[in-house]
Amino acid sequence: MQNFTPVSALLGGALIGLSAFILLRFNGRIAGISSIMSGLFTTSGPNRYWRMTFLLGLMLGAAIWQWFAPSTLPLRQNYPLPLIIVGGFLVGFGTRIGSGCTSGHGICGLALGSRRSIAATLTFMGSGIVTVYIIRHVIQVLS
Amino acid sequence: MMKLILALFAGIIFGLGLTVSQMTNPDKVLGFLDFAGDWDPSLALVMAGALAIAVAGFRWTRQQEKPVLGSRFHITLKTTLDKPLLTGAGLFGIGWGMTGYCPGPAFAGMALGNQEAIVMVTSIYAGFWAAGLLQDKT
Repeated sequence: MQNFTPVSALLGGALIGLSAFILLRFNGRIAGISSIMSGLFTTSGPNRYWRMTFLLGLMLGAAIWQWFAPSTLPLRQNYPLPLIIVGGFLVGFGTRIGSGCTSGHGICGLALGSRRSIAATLTFMGSGIVTVYIIRHVIQVLS
Repeated sequence: MMKLILALFAGIIFGLGLTVSQMTNPDKVLGFLDFAGDWDPSLALVMAGALAIAVAGFRWTRQQEKPVLGSRFHITLKTTLDKPLLTGAGLFGIGWGMTGYCPGPAFAGMALGNQEAIVMVTSIYAGFWAAGLLQDKT
């Protein structure tokens, strides 16, 4: 557990929870990033505009922190691109079919006590753990 | 107009949360999913921190009649555990484990000059598109 960063994890998590709360309390919307991302091109008018400003904010927030504390954000080098392309496709496909991702199911859905979100979160955590085990320890593509 | 500003503000807070917690670093996320390696429990605390605020905030919010700036809460009340939900979540987890990115960190990562994140987001949209085709057929 050499890389454990409990303080920044709790603090960052609290900010994510605060964001989800603000979006629901003021706009009545769930902060599920996969839905917001896919809706960017499938909705129109005001339904599209708030998604645009939210995603713009998401990038702004990240840029602000990078400006403030660049050393905390290392960039990964030489990760196999085919893994990113195929994995990215599965993330998009899976979150659309399964109606949500880590934020929508794992945070908002769990906070609402949704049975579907509990099942989805356990499922994607489980398949993620198995996938990393296979990649790193069975076929050992990566260290 | 106020709704757009609030969404922008919520997005900024979310982006700050992802970077402060280092979830925009895919190796950090993979360290959490790697139980057989040098396990990094940080992501569990990100979720704990987020849930602590969201559970309290949502509970209070749900007692209100409507959102401050809207006419109703857009929340799906589906409770059935169906095949698309579990299949989709299973496939999402595989992609997450292959890359270390879920949608939020991938999108935010584009603002960090991370070229990998741009490829990731493009591939995610290809996946959205394919799922849309499939859903239109059924």
